[in-house]
Amino acid sequence: MPARIDWVKERLIPRLFGRNSTATAPGNAFRFRGRWRLGEKSIEGLISLSGILAIVLLLGVLVLLLKEGLPIFSHTPPWEFFFGTKWYPISEPPTFGVMPFFVSTIMITAIATAVAVPIGVGCAAYLAEVASPKVRETVKLLVELLAGIPSVVMGFVGLMLLSPLVQSIFHLNTGLCGLTAAIMLSLMSLPIIVTVSEDALRAVPSEFKEASYALGATRWETIRHVCIPAALSGISAAIMLGVGRAIGETMTVLMVAGGALAIPHLPTEPMTTMTAAIASGIGNAVRGGLQYQALFAVGLILFVMTLSVNWVADRILERQKRKFAR
Amino acid sequence: MVALGLVAVLAGCGGEPQVQDGLSGSFNIIGSNTVTPLASVWAEDFMKAHPKVSISVSGPGSGVGIAALIDRTTDICQSSRTIKAEEVAQAEANGVHPYEIQVASDALSVVVNPSNTVSSLTFAQLSAIYTDQITNWKEVGGPDAPIVAISRDTNSGTHAFFKEHVVQSIDKKLEYGTKVLFLPSTEAGVSEVAKNPNAIFYAGLGYVTQKVKPLAIKKSGDSAAILPSVATALDGTYPISRPLLFYTNGAPDGIIKAFVDYCLSPGGQEKVTEVGYVPLA
Repeated sequence: MPARIDWVKERLIPRLFGRNSTATAPGNAFRFRGRWRLGEKSIEGLISLSGILAIVLLLGVLVLLLKEGLPIFSHTPPWEFFFGTKWYPISEPPTFGVMPFFVSTIMITAIATAVAVPIGVGCAAYLAEVASPKVRETVKLLVELLAGIPSVVMGFVGLMLLSPLVQSIFHLNTGLCGLTAAIMLSLMSLPIIVTVSEDALRAVPSEFKEASYALGATRWETIRHVCIPAALSGISAAIMLGVGRAIGETMTVLMVAGGALAIPHLPTEPMTTMTAAIASGIGNAVRGGLQYQALFAVGLILFVMTLSVNWVADRILERQKRKFAR
Repeated sequence: MVALGLVAVLAGCGGEPQVQDGLSGSFNIIGSNTVTPLASVWAEDFMKAHPKVSISVSGPGSGVGIAALIDRTTDICQSSRTIKAEEVAQAEANGVHPYEIQVASDALSVVVNPSNTVSSLTFAQLSAIYTDQITNWKEVGGPDAPIVAISRDTNSGTHAFFKEHVVQSIDKKLEYGTKVLFLPSTEAGVSEVAKNPNAIFYAGLGYVTQKVKPLAIKKSGDSAAILPSVATALDGTYPISRPLLFYTNGAPDGIIKAFVDYCLSPGGQEKVTEVGYVPLA
């Protein structure tokens, strides 16, 4: 800490307020303090403004979703909307039931998470505990590159490479199905799981590991029983972020999930997620029309889902913090 | 004179003659995925002839185009289905007066994988396939293999046209079955049919390539099976031909009128055949 204060005194203050204005220079002290206050105040204001802006935006989104989405319930009662199995928005009369989309979203997200978590956490443990610095830097760079691939390109990869593969392996009628989408999504949520888990694992105090090795534990035992439990809060947060990514991903699932309207019983069936339903339907929905309202209501459900995922992640983090409080 | 003649020949080689008529401005065309290849060619040629005009064409689906026309976010809506009465009412309520112009025709083709032995289907069979009642190719005289029925999503005018004229040809209450795959673009459907021996899809004539096989269509069991083509669409024997339309807000004027006039001109209609659709008779 003292080093940082020295840095502020010797480097930052001269840079901000000119070479001559050191805090101790006589005569300048008062003027400097005034300018310091002013700078402090304005930066404080900016920061709180950004904080408030985030809240205002969130509330704005919620209000918009409620305002545009809720009127659908005067046409379709909430019960029928949530548990209805038929979605025919352009028929006469239209019917809106989101159950197939809801089940598809849950199914695809669950599979994507189940695939991505073991690989992601394993990769993170390798990078943090086993890999040499050179390997670590290279692998991390590649994993981060994976995060930068646009989702529409991932859609292409799924369409051209993965779907024929899935079709032939599982002897399916078509490779455009939930499983293909889930595998693509697991690839897409992998980078965030790896990066955040790795940070959490590296943050585990080295005394923990040293104590474990001192007791004669092997490297695997140390990772399994010391590092991962100690970093569990960070790893859970990573998993939840991955889940959030998978729930919200649109373009890839729109391209490869098949887009059937039935409630899927198996992951190998074509299906439509909530995000894909919104993306494919919102274009031809006239503003304020029934389909428009219904799609906003679907958006509202998605919003509530991601909010609860974040809330759960928050609770886990909180509990882990208390458990490992020193 | 020689020089003038040379200039004319050169201009002729370059496609459209360069006219300095002072046409300038920009407008956009949104709507049907089916019409997009045609509208893109027209737009390119028109922009070549009138360098100061810029036209943007996008094809998410007829429904999107009509919604955009109603919301006043497009100048021309391209559509592969006629506007519905309730959409006209919504437009009028918004102060928009949809004006319909037929620019070409299409023989809506039903395509399967080239390895499929089935070569013709009736309306009733197509309807049964797209409502999950027939799920195996052997029920329509093909191999013992499941049918993968593929459709465009609800944005599509082709989705709506096929439903109204084929799926509901027997019973107006029928809907697409829940096992039908809804894909976001015509290209996605055609490429899936090219890869998948069990797939069936419908697409505008302009999208029928060598990699897929169009089926001959019978209106009923005892009528003749007709393959989709420009000729069968023009003489009216192909049973699922349909108009391709432009909608504007009121009768077009200015550059939009010039563009529409070009599309309807003999030169514009020549492009229709090149792209693979059916020119106006």
